[in-house]
Amino acid sequence: MKTVSSLLDEHWYQRYKKISKLNIRSSIYDVTNRCNLRCKGCFFFSSGEHEVAREEMDTRKREAFVDKEKDRGVNLAILIGGEPTLCMDRIEAFYARLPTFCATNGLIKVPRNRFPDMMVGISLWGDAEAEKILRGKDTFAVSSKNYEGDLYAYYLYTITPRQIGKTEHIIRKIEGVGVKVHMQLLSNDEGVDGFSWQPEELEDIRSEMDDMLDRYPNTVISSKYYHEIITTGKMMGRTFGWMECPSVTAPLDNREPCPKRLTNFIRWASDLKTMHRCCTSETRDCSTCKDGAAHMSWVMVNKRDHIRSTRDLQNWIEVYEMFAKLYQFIPW
Amino acid sequence: MSTETNLTGTTFRIAQIMIDVLKLEDVTPETFDPDIDLVDEVGIDSMDLATVALVVQDEYAIRIDEDDYPKLTTIRFISEYVEKKVAA
Repeated sequence: MKTVSSLLDEHWYQRYKKISKLNIRSSIYDVTNRCNLRCKGCFFFSSGEHEVAREEMDTRKREAFVDKEKDRGVNLAILIGGEPTLCMDRIEAFYARLPTFCATNGLIKVPRNRFPDMMVGISLWGDAEAEKILRGKDTFAVSSKNYEGDLYAYYLYTITPRQIGKTEHIIRKIEGVGVKVHMQLLSNDEGVDGFSWQPEELEDIRSEMDDMLDRYPNTVISSKYYHEIITTGKMMGRTFGWMECPSVTAPLDNREPCPKRLTNFIRWASDLKTMHRCCTSETRDCSTCKDGAAHMSWVMVNKRDHIRSTRDLQNWIEVYEMFAKLYQFIPW
Repeated sequence: MSTETNLTGTTFRIAQIMIDVLKLEDVTPETFDPDIDLVDEVGIDSMDLATVALVVQDEYAIRIDEDDYPKLTTIRFISEYVEKKVAA
């Protein structure tokens, strides 16, 4: 039987030991139904998720809810849904109680005197031209000023097919403001013309993402195995889709057979009572879903399958480390 | 993992269940190290453990509390846990 220590040398074994007991238990929370942008391709608005629940307005109820989440074993609150920074008090209800990650478009600065070490993921959908087409605004012009040199922030660069050949320009701009960057791919939920991935484009962007990681190892937080998984949708000969996805809300998960999944994961709507089906939208075609965290989690929950060869296990370690860095379980 | 470990009784049976249920390869109940860390070394997670627990519960007519999973990190610990529950 293959075991971890039989496959790894001392260096890799020590890396493995740093993550093997982290036991990350995340859930996702919609903080508000509102946003200060309306991006084409935003799953939250395109699927009508902003209308399924009324926002919980009561701070005490919110605090009690977070306490219950903690009791449920959650040790990572991922705040998304609308634009969380429109509601700093609601963010604080989580931040005061749980390790918290906040997704944002970066237009409003998270006050660091109030949230000194909260990890912030700033969405970016390409260069100024692509941002104006998809989001109506060049957000980088604002977010880069708000978060310049911030050690607890990184850009979540959603690459579109139109970015092929242009990613280095973006990565250099991000490096220039002293912030890390993680890359994922647009799922194009609203079918914007020219923004859906073709197979040959996925091959090209995989090669480009690998190149960016090689050239900017101190800025790009990623792994080549993750690039392979997210561009091919394949892992260990299996294909990503509904029957493989690990990020399905646990109480709504009636898949049979149930695949390896995130333990007790729930994505809560803004009323903190309604549950969404999964980490993105119910209307998304799972076979073309490019959600980065879902693909990372797909690797992470399938640890035993990677205890097959030294390279497979090293790949697993690199993806786990990447996730752990992005959500602040280990340092950059 | 290739040397004979002479497992007996409950320990042997738990090893057998673990191999069958999780389809572990290149190991037999005879060669399964009862003290190997199932989580750290074999990569078994809480979902695997829950699957194994269902079979063990049926076979030994006991209840395994989910809160106890973190303690059940080796074949020997599981075996001792089962024997205690059966005797209670």
